[in-house]
Amino acid sequence: MGKSLYEKVWESHSAAKLSNGQTQLLIDTHLIHEVTSPQAFGMLRDLGLPVRHPERTFATVDHIVPTDQFEQPFADPLADAMIKELDRNAEEFGVTYFDLKSGKQGIVHVVGPEQGITQPGTTIACGDSHTATHGAFGAIAFGIGTTQVRDVLASQSIAMSKLQVRRINVEGKLRPGVYAKDVILHIIAQLGAKGGIGYAYEFGGNIFDNFTMEERMTVCNMTIEGGARCGYVNPDDTTFEYLKGRNYSPTGADWDAAVERWRTVASDADCTYDDLIEIRAEDVAPSVTWGISPDQGLPITGNVPRVEDADTPAAKASIAEALEYMQLEPGAPIKGTSIEVAFIGSCTNGRLSDFREVAQYLKGHRVADSVKAIAVPGSQIVDALCRKEGINDIFTEAGFEWRGAGCSMCLAMNPDKLIGDQICASSSNRNFKGRQGSPIGRTVLMSPLMVAAAAVRGCVSDAREVFEVGETAAV
Amino acid sequence: MALDPIKSVQGRAVYVPGSDIDTDRIIPARFMKCVTFDGLGEYLFFDARHQEDGTPKEHPLNEERYQGASVFVSGVNFGCGSSREHAPQALYRAGFRAVIAESFAEIFFGNCATLGIPCATATSEDIATLSAAIEADPQLEVTVDVEKARVFFGDANFTVHIPDTAQDALVSGRWDPIAELLENAEKVDVCLEKMGFVST
Ligand code: SF4
Repeated sequence: MGKSLYEKVWESHSAAKLSNGQTQLLIDTHLIHEVTSPQAFGMLRDLGLPVRHPERTFATVDHIVPTDQFEQPFADPLADAMIKELDRNAEEFGVTYFDLKSGKQGIVHVVGPEQGITQPGTTIACGDSHTATHGAFGAIAFGIGTTQVRDVLASQSIAMSKLQVRRINVEGKLRPGVYAKDVILHIIAQLGAKGGIGYAYEFGGNIFDNFTMEERMTVCNMTIEGGARCGYVNPDDTTFEYLKGRNYSPTGADWDAAVERWRTVASDADCTYDDLIEIRAEDVAPSVTWGISPDQGLPITGNVPRVEDADTPAAKASIAEALEYMQLEPGAPIKGTSIEVAFIGSCTNGRLSDFREVAQYLKGHRVADSVKAIAVPGSQIVDALCRKEGINDIFTEAGFEWRGAGCSMCLAMNPDKLIGDQICASSSNRNFKGRQGSPIGRTVLMSPLMVAAAAVRGCVSDAREVFEVGETAAV
Repeated sequence: MALDPIKSVQGRAVYVPGSDIDTDRIIPARFMKCVTFDGLGEYLFFDARHQEDGTPKEHPLNEERYQGASVFVSGVNFGCGSSREHAPQALYRAGFRAVIAESFAEIFFGNCATLGIPCATATSEDIATLSAAIEADPQLEVTVDVEKARVFFGDANFTVHIPDTAQDALVSGRWDPIAELLENAEKVDVCLEKMGFVST
């Protein structure tokens, strides 16, 4: 009987059995950023240990980087100190570092693929839960804590228990105006924020076969929002085409050998899964969240739930808590909810194709006067590519601010923050209480084009109506 | 590295109700601008415990009667979201040594395990019984027996679930895996070389 990609990678990376029954798993590739690494380097120093394979750790700065100031020292001395700490650690321990001056800096999950560091059949760890993004390449990639960052630095491995594998098939045809973001929001709304605990998700079906790498990344990125620590798509020609010629991709005969190997790592046709979910592509609508957990989502044409819609006391309490925090009227249509801020960016939707897609529709439209809109490329390379195509001008002409690369308003660690109870239409991945910087700030998650539609209308809107998205725009 | 075995955790408990309590809520991101974990305890659940102007809000962790608690009790999918170890570090530094919840997010669970914080899963009924008992008597002594996978309080007790691997690591004092990982480092090197990544 065949094996899944997950099983194959697990087996080839199992280095030893640990005394508590866990497996010592080789981590091929380790990505680090400024927020979750300083303490790990501190622990190494305390233990007097070197980085065992400095050539397998890659660093960049993203979370605390201001997106409107490019020269150090930054206005925030704490941010400045954290960047200096990573400068020092990278230098002292000899790890590759895509710093602010490299022209390659950006959100770690944008940088890895862009550089060709992310490769099929490998294990990738990073002190960041959205490491799942790299699964788009058929890698087993997951977030780890800081003590485990220490473990990887010191031993190129971590202690881990094997996951089960759930195959999620999405088959059919996506309707116009429906994007990869909607597919994952739909999956999370169906299976719940904790539905994936204990599982690796394997995404497949004709929708994934036809998705670009950037679309696959958007979906894998948010597997953690559905509770699964990693999610992946089997590598295929689309994967190899994307990787070919990138900085860290193999070349020449090594390339051919690598492609051979990568093909064999894909799940076998006759493998079995611990669970199987079928989703009809036609059922996926342009989606938005209405609450404070990513599984509190609905189609743009839907109504905010009422407490009495839920059947258990716990579910009732969750709805009540979310409604109160979001200040939404129970039972009212989500469409038409006023917004004050619009954010396009993040490791979910801050890549070239995201900005390209929006630019195509945004031309000739204006951001509503009541809305502060920012567009933040996921990396310096994405920024440069957008500039080359004039995409940044389309955004600024429409009234968006075009910023430098970083995590920006996805989380509250840099100057881009919500103020008070502002409500933000956001292409990011988390709508937790306080996530976007203000303890009472509110987030509505959606695809980049839906954010643009909300920015133009000043309220949560159906992009299909605002931009007259026709049949041709189907992904 | 010899570590103390963690066979049980004993102390007073506090119940913080809610489902899907994420790590952003446990420790808001703005408090992560630090290069050590020291001092994170005071920011535990900061935004849930404070108004925008910094004055305290109604929250179990602000109640006088629960001060000094070392067992943290909560609901479903506790610790979801960001992988930040700052969350369990903040709990630990605020004095918590064990967590009981209906379920845990995986990365949070793993982070707690390597810090020697037992995370025990219990049914919603048992958690309701325990929280009612704490509410009635905040001084109640609660014991999380890791070895027996049971929680004892007053004259009541219930079974909890702790995965074997975590239970074994805690009870045998091997919850920080670094020593063992280093012992096997050469086996890891062999694996790395097989993967085609040049090993030095
Ligand atoms: S963009 Fe957001 S989710 Fe992605 S790495 Fe940055 S902070 Fe995390």
